[in-house]
Amino acid sequence: MKHYEIAEEKVFLPGHGACPGCAMALALRYVLNIFGRNSVAVIPPSCMGPMMGAQPYSSMLIPIFHNSFESSASSAAGIKRALRARDRDDVNVLALAGDGGTYDIGLQALSSVAEHNEDIVYICMDNEGYMNTGTQKSSSTPRHAYTTSTPGGKESRKKNLVEIMAAHHVPYVATANIGYLDDFVTKIHKIKDMKGTRMIIVLIPCIDGWGFPGDAAATMSRLAVQTGVFPLYEVEDGTKYTINHGPEGLPVETYISRQRRYRHLTAEQVSEIQKEVDENWAKLEGMANLFSATM
Amino acid sequence: MKLKDAMLLTGNHAAAYGAMLAQPKVMPIYPITPQTPVAEKLTEFQLQGLLDAEFITPESEHSAMAACISASLTGVRVFTATSSQGLMLMHELLHFASGARTPIVMVNANRTVASPWGFWADHTDSLSQRDTGWLQYYVENPQEALDTVLQAYKTAENPSVLLPAMISYEAFYVSHSLEVVEIPSQEAVDSYLPPFDPELRFDPEQGRSFGNVVSQELYYRHRKQLSQAMDKVFAIAKDADEKWKELTGRTYGLVERYKCENAQHIIIAMGTISGTARAAVDKMQSDGIPVGLMKIRLFRPFPVDKLRQELAGRDKVIILDRGSSPGTGGGSVLHQEVKSSLYGLKNAPEVYGYLAGVGGTNITPEKIEDLVKRSLKEKSTTKSIWGW
Repeated sequence: MKHYEIAEEKVFLPGHGACPGCAMALALRYVLNIFGRNSVAVIPPSCMGPMMGAQPYSSMLIPIFHNSFESSASSAAGIKRALRARDRDDVNVLALAGDGGTYDIGLQALSSVAEHNEDIVYICMDNEGYMNTGTQKSSSTPRHAYTTSTPGGKESRKKNLVEIMAAHHVPYVATANIGYLDDFVTKIHKIKDMKGTRMIIVLIPCIDGWGFPGDAAATMSRLAVQTGVFPLYEVEDGTKYTINHGPEGLPVETYISRQRRYRHLTAEQVSEIQKEVDENWAKLEGMANLFSATM
Repeated sequence: MKLKDAMLLTGNHAAAYGAMLAQPKVMPIYPITPQTPVAEKLTEFQLQGLLDAEFITPESEHSAMAACISASLTGVRVFTATSSQGLMLMHELLHFASGARTPIVMVNANRTVASPWGFWADHTDSLSQRDTGWLQYYVENPQEALDTVLQAYKTAENPSVLLPAMISYEAFYVSHSLEVVEIPSQEAVDSYLPPFDPELRFDPEQGRSFGNVVSQELYYRHRKQLSQAMDKVFAIAKDADEKWKELTGRTYGLVERYKCENAQHIIIAMGTISGTARAAVDKMQSDGIPVGLMKIRLFRPFPVDKLRQELAGRDKVIILDRGSSPGTGGGSVLHQEVKSSLYGLKNAPEVYGYLAGVGGTNITPEKIEDLVKRSLKEKSTTKSIWGW
């Protein structure tokens, strides 16, 4: 087994309030510990709140501002501009938000910040629903998945936020997850050395919201990639595509059969999901061939 | 570039001069009629080298206020401007700003709220933000707009206050009307308003977090402190107005008294109706009617003690309100505020509340005289009266 040795500056500490086995704790550890102490972050309502802990305690050794739900991007931009005005442009400004706060209610502010290419890092912890409020659907919830607001399964597809961000021509947008830690860490280092609006969408398999055993978040992360449901890729400047890890020939059934949120699916619905995954992959491969970063 | 000592300016441009002289460092502004010339003038100042600020042009007033809050927490002076729908879109974050104790200064061009659409002078937009924990000034002309922006910074940034402040002036009557405005020098303003450099700020060197989840007890304490800070504002704002007088010779008071000596009856108004009411008072006094005017310039905190002191022993108080709140005993906010201020007062006057000028309708001196004469004849009612 490969053992990762990753240089870390201790910023994220034990004593956080994440569910036992949550992938987000591991993801956050590498984001914060690589960005280090010369950073500040904004956190909207999300699982990040319990992860930080209640006043006067904090699991993070950097200043955190709990902003309003829809304002992560604009709040981060306000801090960055103020730091610049105070001659502290060297400070990293991070937004740490969930998919509800990003794909849904925060999208308008995010679009504006991306269009301005404000110098912030936006990490979207994407657990494909409003898990902190007890599993309601977001526009990131995939088709046919059960949530408490889509008890018969969600009818529409998951929104493709990578393409939306790429359409803003931001310097960097990528997908990542903790099943591919080396890839994730490389991406964090890469954006730390860049300027402008940078985003990583981290797939966070949710133990409670998706319904799988508490020790399976890493397995679920890997299966999401190996089945092609969540390919890992980067888009730079809106046009340069790099696929890091794609499907390995496993059917989507391998992934969805392990999750309670898909338990109600008919064979026909499973084929629909397979078809959607295949289409998405074909499109992504096509884009990567047309606009390869190495061309 | 040297500033002229006096210029012909609209209310919007005068407010922009006030903001420029305060030298804010971050300015997130979203355009809206009739406020937009404030933002345009400020970007022009930046181009001329009169300002060195970070401008943010977000996609909405909501994001503009979000950036104001986080920038202010990071320890810089912040300015923004809005109107009507924009102010109401900010509503959630107006509460957030006072809760975060950020001394943001914002001008609001009072405009009717939709639906239906209109662009007319009406105080409902800002009056309906009265519980958000912002200081609220209402001004009646371009000079007062400029002066009040600077007084607002002086008051809001006082370490005992640290609350945001809103300066409201009516659409077009003030925002687009030209008057001669005296412009203080940058040196004079600098001597009045020290740089904003708060001890507690969002900074990795300090490691402080803001806005974390708190317990019920901590939340209660926080709200109590916010309220106590608001209670200190009247004295601090009064001092800021007096220091402004020492600097420029201009003073307004927080409740302006006009010919109130020996006046048995008092008209109460805010904004431009005060100017019209002065003409009405002059006319009525020359006709032997003992009526004076009190203009409420600081609406939040509401000058309860001052009004009790000033109005005790008067016969009648006639309130002219350009904003409406359906369901509050006839619909006048100012009427309710004055009545509740006077509750239990010995020798309290009879109180008459008129909705006058709502929707930007024109209030003439003759109209005001009519309403006063009507009040002298009739018994007062608990409900306010649509008086236009």
